[in-house]
Amino acid sequence: MTDDELLDKAFMALADPARRRIIAHLSRGPATVNELAEPFEITKQAVSRHIRVLEQAELVTRSRDAQRRPVHLNPARLEALTAWIDQYRLVRESQFRALDNILESKASQAGFSRAPKE
Amino acid sequence: MSNPLKLSVPEGVPFIDFEREFDFPVEAVFEAHRNPEMISKWLGPRNTNIQLDHYDFRTGGSYRYTHIGPDGQPYVFTGVFHTVRENEFAIQTFEFDGYPDVVSIEFMTFEDLGGGRSKLIGHSVYPTLEARDGMAQSGMEYGMSEGYERLDGLLS
Repeated sequence: MTDDELLDKAFMALADPARRRIIAHLSRGPATVNELAEPFEITKQAVSRHIRVLEQAELVTRSRDAQRRPVHLNPARLEALTAWIDQYRLVRESQFRALDNILESKASQAGFSRAPKE
Repeated sequence: MSNPLKLSVPEGVPFIDFEREFDFPVEAVFEAHRNPEMISKWLGPRNTNIQLDHYDFRTGGSYRYTHIGPDGQPYVFTGVFHTVRENEFAIQTFEFDGYPDVVSIEFMTFEDLGGGRSKLIGHSVYPTLEARDGMAQSGMEYGMSEGYERLDGLLS
């Protein structure tokens, strides 16, 4: 799978609120299917299906521990998912800080100062 | 402390939304978007000289500017200003030449918060989800080196 395909799969996987809750739960540590199914009104089978979707998007992995087979988060994949938006955020933030500075210097030339924050 | 940027990238729709407050009057923030000399000082990322070919921030106007990246590569951005209402609202298109024909539409609302403060609200619409995700990634990448450093010291 290409990076783009993986990214698409990951976004699709996270488009579902139940799967986002599973990811949120796993961010606190690995958990079994039973543990993950507990807060839901849906069957264990449905939760297993959600986990399979997350697995295919490589957002989670299953241990080979035959007794419990806990589900783990794959932080690297989540990072890849957020990297592009972080990039965007950084550019925007840096632009707006530069804009603040421009406004600041304009204002001080004109003898005004920054408005106090509420 | 600078004001935080609120950014939202909703799932399943090709939008990006942001809100940013300024400790300056709405007229000043609008002017910083209108005045080409000011634009050239804040729109370009670190280590990129931004060259404005033209920048005509009014209804029916257009713009074209070039960043020369740290690698010497030119990055060209073009678009038209569909609507510009003074101190209030603007709609513009945005195209990065690395992704020809992937044009986004940007809606910007300039809001007066009173007390000499204001808020900028942005809503960008991309042709596809893929375009939103890809554009944000590569159209912006080149400018990210040491992004923060320069800003605090830009005019000091």
